[in-house]
Amino acid sequence: MTRSEATVTDGPEPTTGTPASTAAPAGDITATMAPDGSPWLLEVRGLTKRFPGVVANDNVDLTLATGEILGLLGENGAGKSTLVKMLFGIHQPDEGMMWLNGTEIRPAGPGDAISRGIGMVHQHFQLVPPLTVAENIVLGAEPRKRRLFDRRGAERRVREISERYGLEVEPSDVLGDLPVGIQQRVEILKALYREAQLLILDEPTAVLTPQETDELLAIMRDLAASGVGIIFITHKLREVLAVTDRVTVLRRGRSVGTVDTSSATTESLAELMVGRSVVLRVDKNEAEPGRVVLDVRDLEVRDDRRQTTVRGATFDVRAGEIVGVAGVEGNGQRELVEAITGIRPIHAGTVTIEGFTVHGHPRSVREHGVAYIPEDRERDGLVGDYSVADNLVLTEYHRRPFAGHGLRHPDAVDHLASELVERFDVRTPGIDVAVSTLSGGNKQKVIVARELSEDKHLVVASQPTRGVDVGSIEFIHNQLVAARDRGSAVLLVSAELDEIFGLADRIAVIYEGRIVAVCDPATVSREDVGLLMAGGQPSEPVAAG
Amino acid sequence: MTTTSTSVETGAETTARRRQALVRNRNGIVLGVMVVVLSVVAYQWDGVQTTAVTARTVREASPLILAALCGLIGERSGVVNIGIEGQMLLGAYSGFMAASYSGSLLVGVVAAVAASALAGLFLGWAAVALRMDQIIAGTVINIVGAGVTSFFYVAGRTMPRFPQWSVPGLSDLPLVGRTLFAHGPLTYVAALMVLVVHIALFHTRWGLRTRAVGEHPGAADTVGVRIERLRYVNLTLAGSLAGMAGLALIQSAGAFDRGMTAGRGFIALAVMIFGRWRPTGVLGAALLFGLFNAVQAQLQFKQALDIPPQFFGMIPFLLTIAVLAVAGVKARPPAAAGRPYDPE
Repeated sequence: MTRSEATVTDGPEPTTGTPASTAAPAGDITATMAPDGSPWLLEVRGLTKRFPGVVANDNVDLTLATGEILGLLGENGAGKSTLVKMLFGIHQPDEGMMWLNGTEIRPAGPGDAISRGIGMVHQHFQLVPPLTVAENIVLGAEPRKRRLFDRRGAERRVREISERYGLEVEPSDVLGDLPVGIQQRVEILKALYREAQLLILDEPTAVLTPQETDELLAIMRDLAASGVGIIFITHKLREVLAVTDRVTVLRRGRSVGTVDTSSATTESLAELMVGRSVVLRVDKNEAEPGRVVLDVRDLEVRDDRRQTTVRGATFDVRAGEIVGVAGVEGNGQRELVEAITGIRPIHAGTVTIEGFTVHGHPRSVREHGVAYIPEDRERDGLVGDYSVADNLVLTEYHRRPFAGHGLRHPDAVDHLASELVERFDVRTPGIDVAVSTLSGGNKQKVIVARELSEDKHLVVASQPTRGVDVGSIEFIHNQLVAARDRGSAVLLVSAELDEIFGLADRIAVIYEGRIVAVCDPATVSREDVGLLMAGGQPSEPVAAG
Repeated sequence: MTTTSTSVETGAETTARRRQALVRNRNGIVLGVMVVVLSVVAYQWDGVQTTAVTARTVREASPLILAALCGLIGERSGVVNIGIEGQMLLGAYSGFMAASYSGSLLVGVVAAVAASALAGLFLGWAAVALRMDQIIAGTVINIVGAGVTSFFYVAGRTMPRFPQWSVPGLSDLPLVGRTLFAHGPLTYVAALMVLVVHIALFHTRWGLRTRAVGEHPGAADTVGVRIERLRYVNLTLAGSLAGMAGLALIQSAGAFDRGMTAGRGFIALAVMIFGRWRPTGVLGAALLFGLFNAVQAQLQFKQALDIPPQFFGMIPFLLTIAVLAVAGVKARPPAAAGRPYDPE
C-alpha cells in the first residue's frame, strides 16, 4: 500500500467514509452530525496551539461518536499530548472549536473538563500511593456524611461502579500495594465515578504486561459497548488494530488522515504516521552463531529487598546471534541484566564473558567489551543535565583521546559527538544542549550511538525501544542486527513479544528467575511462548533452538 | 491482594481494620504500657517525686505537641517547615508583649496566634508563590524570629499568669490527678488539638485532600483540587498552632525570655518524625520526650548523683539525635514534602 504524503495531507478523506470531516463547509461554526443523525459525542475543528517556537497543533480535526473507540496515532512530538491536554483543559487552544454532544465547550481547567464528563487516564498515573483505592477514586468529589468524609459511602459507591463495568477492585486496598494493571483500573474508575462520557487514555499500555494489556483492551470494548466514547493514544499499531473503530493520525501537529480500522494495516498506519514507508519487519539474514561469548551458569541474584529473584538461570549467547529474553516484567529480568553488567552483586553461580568472570564491577565488565543499553534510560543511561556530547563519551571520557594528564580534551569529545550525531541520526539542535531536552526516541539514539559505535563482544539491550516512536524503533532494531552481523553476541530483554519475535535468533523464556525454555522463533508459536511466560507448559514440547 | 467482597463493609472488616492499627502501633503501645506500669511502681516507692515527674512530663510535652502538629500539617500538605522555632518565638514574644501592655491574657493569646499565623502565611507565600527552597524560607523565619524578639526584648516586664485549671474531683486522684487534670489551659488545648487534627486529617474532605497534596500534588491537581489555596490555608493554620506552642512555653515559664524555645522547634520536628506524621504518634512521641525532660529536671533538682547538671540537660538533645538516627532510617515522609509544585 503506497500513498504519497501530499495526497494524505491535502486531499479529502483518503480511504473511507467518515462524513464528519467532509460535512461542514468552511466558516460554518455549528457542530456536525454523526452518521446516525445525532450529534458527535466529541467534535474538534481547526484546533491550533502554538508554543514559543513551535506549532504543536495546526488546524486539527477530529470526531468521536458515542460508544466508539478512536485511535490517536502519531510519533513522539506529533502533538497527541497537546491535543488531549486541550480537551482536558490543561492547555487552552489558540484557535479552533470543540463540541461535546453538539454544545460548544472550552474547558478552563481539568476540573471544568471533568464536570462536563471528560475523563482522562494519564500516561503517568495520577494516583496517590498511600491512600486507599476508594480514597483515590473519590478525591476531589468526596461524599460526606454529617460533615465528615463518608469513607464507607465512598467504598460502597466504588464497589457499585466496579461491578457495573466489570472492573474488579477492592476499595479498601492501599493503592501502592497493587500491581500496575490494577492501578490503571483505579484510574479508569476515577473517570467513571465522575460519570465520564468521554474517556481519554494516554498511552495506557506502555506500562502493562501483555496479559494486562489484553485485559485492558477487553475493558475498553466493554466500556464502549456501554456507551462511553474512548480516545486511545498509543504507539503500538497492533493494539490500535485490535480495539479501535477508527484511527486519526497526527504528524507534526497536523491531522493527516482518519481511516476505518477495518481497512487499515500496520504498514499503512505506520506509513501515515511517519510519512514514508516503514519496514516493520526487521530485515535480517540467517544468524551465523560462533563461539560462546556470554555464559551464565546457575545464576542467583537478589533484588533490592534481598529477595532472590534470579534463581538458577543457565543459558549462553554466542557471537553473531541475538538471544531474546521473553518474560512478564518482574520475573528477574532486571536483576539478571544488572548481574551480567556487573551493577548488581552475584549471589551464586557464575557469569563469564569471553573467559572473564564477572564479579560485580561495572567498569571492568565494560572494559572487557560489553555494551549496555539499560531499561531505564533516564535513570541509568544518561545524565540529563549533561550535554549530548558529554553523554556520548560517558563510558570513555577518562581515556585518550578524551582526556589526558587529568584534564579533559573537549575538542576530541566534540569531534566524536558531531560524528556520532550525524551517523546515528540524533535529532538535536546541537551537541551542547542538555540531553534531557531531547525526545524519548532521540535520547535512546544517544545511548545506542554511544554503546554501538564500536564493536563489542557482547551487547546487552534491555527494553531498547520502550516509549520510542516508530521511526526510531526501526533504526534501533537495525543497529542491533548490524551489531550481530559484525560478530557481537546480543542479549535482548524485552516485554514486547513482537520485538522478541522480530529480532531474536533464539528465544529464552524467563519465569520466576529461571530460564524455563529456549526456543527457535521460526518454529514456536506466540501462544506457546505466552504460556511459558505465564508459568504454564505448552501441550506439545517446545523445540529447543 | 484481598478479594473483592460484594457486601457493604461488615463489622468484621471494621474489627480487622482496628486490629491492623493495633499491630502497626504495637511498639508504641508496648512502650506506653511499660511507662505506665513503671510509674505506678515508682509511685508506690516515692509518690511525691513520681507525681512531680509525670506531671512535668505532660507539661513539657504540651508545647512539643502543638509545635509538632504545626510541622505535621505543613509536611502533610507538602511543605517542610523548619521555621517552627522562629514561629514559636514570634508567637511567644507577641503574646507576652500584648498581654503585658493590655493586661489581658485574651489579647495576648490573639496576638500570639496572629503573629505566628502570619509567619506561616509567609512560608506559604515563599513556598507556593515564589517556589522558594523551603529550607531557606524556614531559615529566614528562624533568623527573623530570633533576631526580632531579642532586639525588641524589654527586660523586667510582667504579664498576667495563665490560670491553673483543675478538674474538680478528678484532680484529687492519686498520681493521675496531678498528672492529667491540673494544668494550664494550653495543655488541654494541646490534647484537644491532637484529637482535632486526627479527625480532620483522616475523617474529613480537607484531610483527604491535604494528604493527597502532600503525596502527589499532580494527582490532586488533575481532579480539580486547588493546591495553592490549600497550602496557603494549611500553613497559616499550622502557624497558629506554633503560636499556641509559644504560649505553652510562657504558661510554664510565666514570662517571655530571649531564646526561650531552646531548640524545641527543632525537637518538634524529631517528634513529628518519631510520630510518623500522625497526630496520635506525635502525642506519644512528645510524651516520651517530655518524660526524658522531666526526669532530667528532677535529677538536676535532687542533685541525686554527683554529676554536673549540664549533663542531664543534654539528654533531650541526645535523644533527638538518637531518634533521628534510628527512626529516621525507616521514616517515610509525605512524598511531595519539600518540593515546590510546578503544574507543567
